[in-house]
Amino acid sequence: MKTVNKAFPKKDSQALVTGQPVYTEDLAPEGCLCVRILRSPHAHARIVGIDTEKAMKLPGVVGVYTYRDVPKQRFTIAGQTYPEFSPYDRLILENKVRFVGDAVAIVAAETAEAAEEALAAVRVDYEVLPAVLDAREAVDNAVVIHDESDWSALVDTGGDPARNLCTHGSEGAGDPDAVLASCPVTLERTYHTKANQQTMMETFRTFTEMDCYGRLNVTSSTQVPFHVRRILSRALGIPKSDIRVIKPRIGGGFGAKQTAVCEMYPAFVTLKTGRPALLVYTREESMIASSPRHEMIITVRIGAETDGTIRAMTVYTLSNTGAYGDHGPTTVGLSGHKTISLYRIPDFRFSYDVVYTNRMAAGAYRGYGATQGTFAVESAINELAAQLKIDPGRLREINMVRQGDVMPAYYGERTDSCALDRCLDRVREMIGWHPGELRRVMPDGKVRGIGLAMAMQGSGISGVDVGSASISLCDGGFYMLRIGATDMGTGCDTILSQIAAEALDTSFERIAVRGVDTDSSPYDSGSYASSTTYVTGMAVVRAAQQLREKMSSFAAQVLHTDAPLVLEGDRFCYEDGREAIALSALADASMCGNRVELSATVSHSSPTSPPPFMAGAAEVEVDPETGGCRVVRYAAAVDCGTVINPALARVQVEGGIVQGIGMTLYENVTYGSRGLPRERSLMQYRIPTRLDVGEIAVDFVSSYEPSGPYGAKSIGEIVINTPAPAIAEAICQATGKRFRELPVMPQHILMEEGK
Amino acid sequence: MMKVQFVLNGKTVQARIAPDATLYRTLRELGCKSVKCGCETSSCGLCTAIVNGKPVLSCSLLTARCEGAVVETLEGHRAEAEAFGAFLAARGADQCGFCNPGFILNLIAMQRETVHPTRADVDRYLAGNLCRCSGFVGQTDAIMAYLESKGGQA
Repeated sequence: MKTVNKAFPKKDSQALVTGQPVYTEDLAPEGCLCVRILRSPHAHARIVGIDTEKAMKLPGVVGVYTYRDVPKQRFTIAGQTYPEFSPYDRLILENKVRFVGDAVAIVAAETAEAAEEALAAVRVDYEVLPAVLDAREAVDNAVVIHDESDWSALVDTGGDPARNLCTHGSEGAGDPDAVLASCPVTLERTYHTKANQQTMMETFRTFTEMDCYGRLNVTSSTQVPFHVRRILSRALGIPKSDIRVIKPRIGGGFGAKQTAVCEMYPAFVTLKTGRPALLVYTREESMIASSPRHEMIITVRIGAETDGTIRAMTVYTLSNTGAYGDHGPTTVGLSGHKTISLYRIPDFRFSYDVVYTNRMAAGAYRGYGATQGTFAVESAINELAAQLKIDPGRLREINMVRQGDVMPAYYGERTDSCALDRCLDRVREMIGWHPGELRRVMPDGKVRGIGLAMAMQGSGISGVDVGSASISLCDGGFYMLRIGATDMGTGCDTILSQIAAEALDTSFERIAVRGVDTDSSPYDSGSYASSTTYVTGMAVVRAAQQLREKMSSFAAQVLHTDAPLVLEGDRFCYEDGREAIALSALADASMCGNRVELSATVSHSSPTSPPPFMAGAAEVEVDPETGGCRVVRYAAAVDCGTVINPALARVQVEGGIVQGIGMTLYENVTYGSRGLPRERSLMQYRIPTRLDVGEIAVDFVSSYEPSGPYGAKSIGEIVINTPAPAIAEAICQATGKRFRELPVMPQHILMEEGK
Repeated sequence: MMKVQFVLNGKTVQARIAPDATLYRTLRELGCKSVKCGCETSSCGLCTAIVNGKPVLSCSLLTARCEGAVVETLEGHRAEAEAFGAFLAARGADQCGFCNPGFILNLIAMQRETVHPTRADVDRYLAGNLCRCSGFVGQTDAIMAYLESKGGQA
């Protein structure tokens, strides 16, 4: 292979490293109205009066909008393929607020100062309602969060808003209860993961303007431009054909921007005023009114033989979707599907409830439920190993999924590419795993421990995600690749260009790439669910194949020949190797007196979602005097199929692990007794700095996925799944204390017996 | 409104500002779009600028205090940004890019202050420059490779 599996720098790297104005706010036109949101100080309240008159009279204030002004059709802001599973339970503004930070009014002003003054001048009278903050108290609580009559769901996922239930269900195989009752060894444990903020460096932001056709143009930092078009159409009550969405460079997403968190506000202002409008979320807004990870409380039961053979497992997940159901019905599924399937378990059950509470709505965050589930199931496996007095690595060897297995808890898919066994071997080698020697006391009195975990994810959403690519041969013989997949810094513009170059037997430099503009990019679900390399990558391969055929027959036509022609780099050759026509000449011929278009557009979707697999191992060092804990080494062995770009894949792993370390040791979104969010800035919500990162070793263990582009699967999400269970196990090895609730902080390690 | 005059990337500029305008805001208004804001609480390092030779967080410095100052942003360091950026991109650690201008500017400041920095020196000096994409390892690898290519010192 010439371009695949090579570490090309990203196509946009020079613009990024020199600070060019390529992000949403940089591109906003002069004279944009400044849009700001008035937010609720109450966790649950009805607005009984709202007076905007004083605010409207302030100099520079152009508009103050309340629930009286907005369309009355409910929608979801979850950026998912239609028919989306998330319930239609939102309005742009409503006379009821459901969390501290919920939108109450939209202000548009000539300057930021005028907008701030207007926010302070709006008078709101609230009837404060009792709030439900604890997910465990939500179902059948006397307080009903969604008491509106027009709550609806396109897809029935067992939701019942009268019971504060967004989703409810159960699935499984065999008779796990009977098998559990017959097992000589059983274990039941409950684990608790918290809401976390994606904390991408660029907060949510959008600017909107009307174009010369009278259409609403939306430039937004989003992972899902096509879904944003559909969501805005419904929210604003205007035709989809009247909306264009552009995604410039975006400053990180991690799933946060798979929810249309802020687009509707400036869009509404532009529709009302006809003027360009810009909304940039402060960090505080991004902390209190965004789309964090779903808090989950997960109970795992395992039944095993004394030799370590696991015979049954049940997983019950209680997921807290917060005030609205964005991504609620779908995230919960991964907490079971992508954890139980790590093992050969004939009898299992996965059941779940997703509940509304008066906290900010949760959303998509890298790992999307699998991260939470992996903490629970992999911690339970580590606990089972301790109970059985079997080495945790050995216990996994006995039970783990292997190449060719059918995974009943994963839609019955078969693993056509699975190097999990080799990942486990490799990671133990990397960390220096010696059974029974997982704890050591250092000369300075600190104690080290080593822990292990495995993980899987998917590659796109099977039978749902659509990736498209359009490739044209252009003058002089360069190729234009147009994609609807959204590069959020991860490098998909580059990776898809590498795939195109490989498929067209040309150089990486000869591929020009452009994404995303819903007016000109081919349809793509967007970049989420670890779909881009696998799904859109295959669209690129197929588009390249089609284009080759078109070019070949056009070359024959130009040359008046029946002889077979072969594309070799920048020219077509006869079978004997003689040049038939240069690609540049062919391109030029296509632009003069020609009726054949030398381009191909292909949409691709996969009926399967081949899981990437990985094993991760952490070595922590605990200070017994302070409870301080530091990850000194982390080893990761990843099977993502063929690695398209080793440099970019490696950084995915490193970044995901560090984000996972943050989730395990520091990060938590907490609320006071009246529902006030406590973490409102990066001072209060601590993410890892470079001083917190020890040594991170990454290795790729190759497999070949036959349904993926050049054998590739996915990499983006799986990498965040192993740190929590591996670090918790390492802490347990070091201290003897088992932590089942995240984050594990020094005070817990020092003061608690483990919980 | 008040007037302020300072040297920005080698050119004398005058700006009419509100008395409470931050340097971050003034720099953006003067067209230095490389300067980003990530937190408003001096926590993230995205808004780093160099004032009178020292790196500062421009979101927390009043422009009014910059009268007569020499201010540098990444717009004034394009050649070095490109040179170092090639190392960063080769490692794949440029990623979303939003934190790049701040930490690259701080790297430039570090080289003026530090002789033959070790990896630990780099981590300490740049500790205030957050990044959520890269996990930092690739950034530091790129910095060490870049410094080595320059003979270990600017």
